[in-house]
Amino acid sequence: MSTHAGEKEIQTSTRLPALMVPHRFYVQKVKRETRDTYTLELQPQNTPGELRFAPGQFNMLYVFGVGEVPISISGDPARPDLLLHTVRAVGAVTKAICRLKPGGVLGVRGPFGAHWPVEEAAGADVIIVAGGIGLAPLRPVVYHILSGRERYGRVALLYGARNPDEIMYRRELSHWTERPEIDTHITVDKAEAGWEGNVGVVTTLIPKAEFDPQATVAIVCGPEIMMRFTVIELKKRGVSEEKIYISMERNMQCGTGSCGHCQIGPYFVCKDGPVFRFDLIQPFFGKREI
Amino acid sequence: MIIRKAAVAKFLDGLLKEYAVYIPRRREGYSEYTPLDPGSGYFWQGLNTQKPPKELLFPHGETLYSYRLRSDGVELRTHFDEEKRVLFGIRPCDAKGFCYLDRVFTRQDYQDVYYQTRRNNTVLIGLACLAPTTTCFCTSLGGGPFDTEGLDLLWVDLGERYAVRVLAPKGEALIKGRPEFVPAGEADWQAVRELEGGALGKMAPVLDLSGLKKRLDENYSDSVWDRVFEKCIGCAACTYLCPTCHCFDLSYEVEGSQGLCVRTWDSCAFPLFTLHASGHNPRPTGKERFRQRVMHKFRYFVENWGVMSCVGCGRCIIHCPVNLDIRDVLRQIIAGVSA
Repeated sequence: MSTHAGEKEIQTSTRLPALMVPHRFYVQKVKRETRDTYTLELQPQNTPGELRFAPGQFNMLYVFGVGEVPISISGDPARPDLLLHTVRAVGAVTKAICRLKPGGVLGVRGPFGAHWPVEEAAGADVIIVAGGIGLAPLRPVVYHILSGRERYGRVALLYGARNPDEIMYRRELSHWTERPEIDTHITVDKAEAGWEGNVGVVTTLIPKAEFDPQATVAIVCGPEIMMRFTVIELKKRGVSEEKIYISMERNMQCGTGSCGHCQIGPYFVCKDGPVFRFDLIQPFFGKREI
Repeated sequence: MIIRKAAVAKFLDGLLKEYAVYIPRRREGYSEYTPLDPGSGYFWQGLNTQKPPKELLFPHGETLYSYRLRSDGVELRTHFDEEKRVLFGIRPCDAKGFCYLDRVFTRQDYQDVYYQTRRNNTVLIGLACLAPTTTCFCTSLGGGPFDTEGLDLLWVDLGERYAVRVLAPKGEALIKGRPEFVPAGEADWQAVRELEGGALGKMAPVLDLSGLKKRLDENYSDSVWDRVFEKCIGCAACTYLCPTCHCFDLSYEVEGSQGLCVRTWDSCAFPLFTLHASGHNPRPTGKERFRQRVMHKFRYFVENWGVMSCVGCGRCIIHCPVNLDIRDVLRQIIAGVSA
């Protein structure tokens, strides 16, 4: 461990500045969602331990000694005492997160970023379109809507996974499918023996959803290519760009719009996003090499 | 106020009781701001330092926190630099640069405690530029050789004496009751005005950047970018030496059960800057990275803060290893592909 210029003169302190220094959380439970995706239930080391967040916001999760990554919050915004993150093991840090066992420790900075328009959507129909792990930051939206279902018109959840094994939150999804509150449709890109559901990309589900295009808020999260085609289909149905919201991905580090890594045009994805109203991000969305 | 040059060393030594004083200094052909040693005085002759004083508020490397894993949890300690500082002899362009860093680090929606602590503890004593050089273009960006933005005091070299303009309470407190200072007369201020006129007369003609924002929007995909970036080798010297560049990287130094979170300068000129964990890189070649630097400074910063994030200090021109001149790039962009 090297030292830095002037470090000996620098005061150390136990007061923790907000946002740049992590809060310490313990892993309480780990739930395996799919082959490589896990949901972690986290509990703060110190009380009081509430971490209030809005649907769509994310935290920076630091595995001590490994590294830090941005991960969306996938729990219920009405339960700030129960922090949930769903993580797919892809890189070194996410693999380390998924290897954590109950009792393991994790640094948490946040919550950061703009949230889904759950307030603006009140009174309107809501169509939620999720691709793959993009369902994780949308689950808080579903929880929020279910907690005040009467405030919304028709609500549809369209979810596409690569194949049946990749479907996450199975128990909740089948629960939502059986109940009338949310018109839930699931599809897989590639079926396997025993699969009796829809086959095809998630955009093929859009015609199945009933909504009034003039009074609908669309909430879309998934790979960039999936969001691009979903927006095209929604616009074909008559939903205007100002009513469509997407979530962008970039290399994010500080979470405060200062380090510059996630800049896309005049926006910093960590601060001005990750949720963007489509008409505002449209000039930069899909623009190559910005 | 007026202070005799012979009294400056005594004044600076007096400050050392309460402050660390940083002055520009040249060592083996390299110049930067370094701590003043008692009794050594101030003897800077040049125009500006190679390295900007940026690092005194936003260091090249700083520890944000350290941790130690223990059986009963994680122990975290935050590191704050609370040294009280006077930066003596900084040029108006560099002081203006701090005002741009302020926008990023002391915003309404986010205050960076590390930067803010240093900023609050720092007094800026400026030195007016009597002889701007050919790479100076502060007047094209709303500044000037006698500009006062961001400064607490501005000193003007009158030969055997300095005229001192008091600009902010922090500056006033610094010289209040100090016997080295006497009131300035009207003749002194007349001399200051004449020197300012002379300095302005030495500046290159002001660049017309009025159409720049529009042109940057229009020719984002223009082949002018292919041409202007061709020489760039992506070394990032321009961003490191820029008083307004603020991008940084968070990294971790780990040894066994303890570690540090370190913030270091980073640059949009580097290919890893935007690389995703998936392997996708939104800015895969030097052309996009060069364009990002220009767009951030002259287009996006304007949209977010109403000003271009360039102070015209000329460091990126002087120290570019392949002679890229940002003024020339801007001219070409304004002229467009046909030029």
